[in-house]
Formats: sequence, C-alpha cells, structure tokens
Amino acid sequence: MTSYMPPAERIWWKMPVGRQELVWIAISLVWCLIMFLMMPYWHIYGKQNPATEAYQTTPAKFGARVQEMVEQYQVREESGIPVVKPPAGSDIYMLGRLWQWYPIFELEKDQSYRLHLSSMDWQHGFSLQPINVNLQVVPGYEMVLQITPDQAGEYGVVCNEYCGIGHHLMVGRIYVGE
Amino acid sequence: MAEFRTCPDSGFYFHKSAESLMKVNAVLGVVFLLVAGVLAVGVVLTRWQEVHLLSAEAFYMGLTAHGINALIFWIIFFEMAILHFASSTLLRCRLATPAWAWIGFILMVIGAVMNNVAVFQGNSSVMMTSYAPMQAAPHFYLGLILFAVGALLQVFVFFGTLVVAHQEKTYEGSVPLVTFGAITAAIIAVFTIASGAIILIPTFLWSIGYISHIDAEMYRIVWWGLGHSSQQVNVAAHVSVWYLLAGVLFGARPMSEKVSRMAFLLYILFLQLACAHHILVDPGVSTEWRIFNTSYAMYLAVLASMIHGLTVPGSIEVAQRKKGLTNGIFEWLRKAPWDNPVFSGMFISLLVFGFIGGITGVVMGTLQINLIIHNTIYVPAHFHATVAVGTTLAFMALTYLLIPVLFRREMIFPKLAKLQPYIFGGGMTILILFMLGAGTLGVSRRHWDMDFTGAALGFEYPGMAYTLMAIAAIGGLLAIVGGAIYLLVAVGSLMFGKKLEPSAGFLQSFLGKSLAASVYNTNRPETLPMAPKLSVEEHGSSGFEAPGTFALAMVLLVSFVVYYFINWKYLASVWPLG
Repeated sequence: MTSYMPPAERIWWKMPVGRQELVWIAISLVWCLIMFLMMPYWHIYGKQNPATEAYQTTPAKFGARVQEMVEQYQVREESGIPVVKPPAGSDIYMLGRLWQWYPIFELEKDQSYRLHLSSMDWQHGFSLQPINVNLQVVPGYEMVLQITPDQAGEYGVVCNEYCGIGHHLMVGRIYVGE
Repeated sequence: MAEFRTCPDSGFYFHKSAESLMKVNAVLGVVFLLVAGVLAVGVVLTRWQEVHLLSAEAFYMGLTAHGINALIFWIIFFEMAILHFASSTLLRCRLATPAWAWIGFILMVIGAVMNNVAVFQGNSSVMMTSYAPMQAAPHFYLGLILFAVGALLQVFVFFGTLVVAHQEKTYEGSVPLVTFGAITAAIIAVFTIASGAIILIPTFLWSIGYISHIDAEMYRIVWWGLGHSSQQVNVAAHVSVWYLLAGVLFGARPMSEKVSRMAFLLYILFLQLACAHHILVDPGVSTEWRIFNTSYAMYLAVLASMIHGLTVPGSIEVAQRKKGLTNGIFEWLRKAPWDNPVFSGMFISLLVFGFIGGITGVVMGTLQINLIIHNTIYVPAHFHATVAVGTTLAFMALTYLLIPVLFRREMIFPKLAKLQPYIFGGGMTILILFMLGAGTLGVSRRHWDMDFTGAALGFEYPGMAYTLMAIAAIGGLLAIVGGAIYLLVAVGSLMFGKKLEPSAGFLQSFLGKSLAASVYNTNRPETLPMAPKLSVEEHGSSGFEAPGTFALAMVLLVSFVVYYFINWKYLASVWPLG
C-alpha cells in the first residue's frame, strides 16, 4: 500500500524508528566495523597480503631482466622451458606471455624470495595451484612480492585471466624442494 | 494533451507515452535475455568437462556475448522500463519529453545490436570486460557507447519527469519510497555511464588507431567504475522492486521511511567505490586505497543492504501480522502466497541475494581473502547470486505483475508460471553453490579446458573439482529451463494471452478488488495522496514488530560471521606472501 505512495507523514524524517530496526542497525554496524578492522589488522600482523610494491616497466626491460636471471641460474630444461634455481633470498622474475609462464622455478622450502611478475603482451592471471593464490599480471607494471613456500611439492601456475584462444595452454610450474 | 488510463487491477495510472516506452524497453530486455539464455546452454555444457561441447573459439565468443547480453542489455533495458514506471506511473505524471526517451531507446537498440554483431563476427571475443591491450573491433566499443548514451537520455527523461511531477504537484508530500529507490539507481547510473564514457571513448579511438596506447591498469580501474557500478544500479533497482512488490502484494508499508531512505542514500554515497573489488591483487595501488574502497568506506554500503534485508521482509511480516497471521514467529511466512510467482520470485530473489550473493561478495571483496578467490569460478558464482537471482528473478517476478497491469493480458500457462521461480531459483542456487566450491578448489573462470589439453606443462585439478563442475552444470541446465519457462510465459502471454479489456485479471483475483475499466482519457489523474496515517500506538513500537524477520536476520548474521572467519582460516594456511 505505501511503499509506492508518499510517506504518511509530511515530516517523515522526524518520525521515531522502531526498536527492532535500531537493534539490527547497531549489530550490523558493529559487524561492519569488525570486518573493516580485520583488513588493516591482517595487513600488519597477517602473513598473507597482496603486493604493496610495484613499478612501471616495459616488456623489453622486464624481459631482459628475466633473461639475465635465466642465464645466471638455469639448471636444466623441461618441455623447452628453462628451469631456474635462484639462491634463497634472491629476486626472482617470472613473465607471462601468450601462452606461457617463463621460466620454471626450483625453490627451497621455508626460504623467502622476492617474486617479480609482469606481462609481455596482454593481461594474465597468476594462479598458483593447488594452494589457490591468485594475482593479476598487467603489462607495463612489475609487481613485487615476498613469497615463502612453506610446503615442498610441485605447483602449477594456471593463467586465470582470459588471454585469447590459447588461454588454456598457459600453464607454468614451480618446484619447491626440501 | 496527455492521455492516461487507470489499471482496474492495481489502480495504477498509465500515461500513454510512458506506457509505450515501458513496453518496448521491457520487451527488448526480454529479447536480450533470450539471447543470453541460449548462449548459456553452450557455456554450461562446455564447462561440464565430460561434455565439453563447444570449440575454444565458439566458447569464448559465446561467453562474451552471454555476459554482455545478460549483464548489460537485458537488465538495463528492463531498468529503463522500471524508471519510467517509478516516475510516470507511480507519481501519476506525464512523461517529460517522450521523444527524447524514444531517441534514447533507439540508440540503445542500435548499440546493442551493433555490439552483438561485432561479437558474432568473431573478432571481438574479449569478454564483457574487454581488458586492454586485448583489442576488439571498433564497433564493439561503439555499440556499447551508443547504448550508454541512449540509456543516459532515458535516465534524463526520468529526472525530467520527476521535475514535472514536482512542479505540476501530481503528488502530495515526498516521493514514494519505490521512486526514491529508483532515483538512487538513476544517480548511480549517471556515475556509471560517465565512467564508461571516460574509458570506452578513448578505447574506441585506440581501436581505430587515433590513440597509440591504453594503459592496462588505468583501463581496469576506470572500466570497473562502469562494470561494478552498473551492478550497483541493479541492486538499487531490484531492492526498489522488492519494496514495490511487498506493497502491491501485502499492502506492506515501510517499517520506517527514514531508515529505508537512509539506506538508499548510503548506496549513492558509497557503492561506486566497489571498482576496487577488482583491483585488490593488482600491481600499483596502495593498501590504504584498497582497504577504504573495497570496504565501501567501512562497509557502509553493506550496512545499507543489511538494513534492506531486514526492512523488506519485516514490512511484509508486519502487514501479515495485521491480517491476523500471528501464530509463532513464522506463520506470516508459511502462509504467504507461495503459489503466486510474483511473491515466490521476489522472496527467492531476496533470500539468495542476501544469503549467498551478499555474504560471498563481502568475503571475496576483503582485501587479503581476495588472494584465494580472484578470477576463480567463485567470482561468477557470486554474481549469479546477485544478478541472475537477485536482479533477474526480481524482474521476472515483476513481469508477472506487469503482464496484466501494464500489458493488459491474461497470463498463459499460469500453472507453469507458478513453478518457474522455483525451477529458475533452485537451478541457479545449485549452479552457484557448486561453482563456489569449485572456485575454492582453484578452478579458473573464463577457461575453456580445465584439462589443459595440449599445454607444454600440465596441471591436474583434484577429481572433486570435476564433480563439482558437473553438478553445477546440471543446476545451470535447470536454471536455463526455468529461464525458458519465463520467456514462454512472458512472450506467450503478450502474444496469445486473453486481452483484459476491461475485465478482471490475474492480480485482481488475488487482491479481490474490483475496479473500473482501463480506458484512456485526457482527465488529469487525481493527485497522488499521502499514505494513510498510522494510529498512535503503531509508531516506533518499542517491541519487536517482526520477530520472524529478526530471527532470519540473525541466522544471516551468524552464517556471515562463521563463513567470513572460515575464509580467513583458509587464507592463513597458504604460503606466507606479501
């Protein structure tokens, strides 16, 4: 009857609000503030946070940096893609391009690395499986984040940002050794 | 001279020009829903890995068109009809400048067709988001731009109609709550379309070679000012539809005009910040920016939705209790008209939007939790809960009301229509829940082959992921059947339904009212009076007027809290990173 009629009172904004609504608004507001505070809390005390460090770059510059690292630390090759074993604590560089993640890493468990990610062409999605960590990889931008693999094993890097007809071919790999 | 008719079923006044515009906008919306629904078959049957129906090319083309037709064309055409209804019909006012609204409508049609042509020509399988530097054909962008300009014109006609109604004093007091909600949707729409213009015009110029470079990150940020805000237009619109249907079906009055309007105001102030939800794991944006924006400024827009979540069913409960359905805390709900698709559609829309869409949306929009959800199939699961059930099912429910009231036709296959919200809502809910599960296992969205056939390096998802995707697909097929029934009933009724001129209709039998014939005349409609006043004791009742709704709200809150912290716990188990 009245949700589509003008309010019964001309000065409707001065009408009292029922207790039920007030209680619900109060509870909801408290919950909203808790959810809000969780984010700065986790940013300071939590161990999993999105990258805060990024630079503008170019495909040529980033590609050269990746190649430099590959030449320095390549240990073998797998399906035509170099496998790189950089020293613990170092900066490691991975690029996405149509339709490949390059190179493959061999990392050590419980060691930290500074992972640099960028794209040579279109946007890609770095989706580390099976732990399901997902990052956006954008051409022209270099994202840097500290990673500390805490479980040994073989990990897949699925591209989860649609990048054309060969999107499903774009799978990379990271090995974590003991 | 403006011509009006009164609907004998509902008492609504229809201005002839506005009525035609409502009809054409609603019908065009339904046409694009049909296109989206047909494409959904291909999408669902391809992502069901054991079936894997389409080739990669056809899948990506179909998915692009499915997204654009469902999320943009169907919904925005239908929203234009709602805007004209909420201004001209509800305020009993002539439509301002119908000619401009027609120009807007025609531009929208040209734009929508042009965009579809571009996609089906095959060189624009870029998904709805069309992320630069992936490039579509120029007429892909031009179609969207024309569509947006057309929509903007119709939105301005809506604002103009409000001005006319105010000046000609067609109503007393303030505008009704439903109109207020529509104003909210229209204001957000202006912001949305402006963002779209800011990004799509340069992108169009880039596609024809006038601009050499579009920054990929800038594209993402501004595009989502269009992409996410347009979904917030839908939220404001379908919440208004919930209030409208609660009013029509139950004579429900808002529990508090002030609270409901404040909640809409919070939408206007904060919803557009949601573009940040898509940028949480991107390079180059600061943590402060991400936290403030992804939380819609401390979750004030979420607060608004939680308020509507209480006040919409709460107003129904209060109305039902007044009719004597006071036993226990749920008699009002048990004895609601569950066999009336206007009600069942609206209520399922409300439940799925709140419980699944709302909770998953907040969880995945949490800065850090987004790390384990971004771009997985969890994301489309979320927005099928908000848009495919929340918005689309609410609009379907409204359609069942509009067939007799606006189109003056009797509904064909009423028994099938009664089942439709359950089939569509149920199928969608299955699709959504199992896609949420698959997303948690890391299955990617917008992906043709979860087997990675032909990839140099492989990866194998757990067997459970395949099972979840298969069940999701079955739910999807069920939802498609539900969608087909809707189209059959809606289109069939318009074409073959018995004309209701001037006798009784579907709604009349429900409301038990008998009103005058629906014929046009040039008399000015009576001024829309204010709602009848409440008696003193009904004001600001100190007790809980709607205990059942409060219980439901508490269930929602507990589910929300538990699910929220489960996701934090899951996040804490992955590699330390940052």
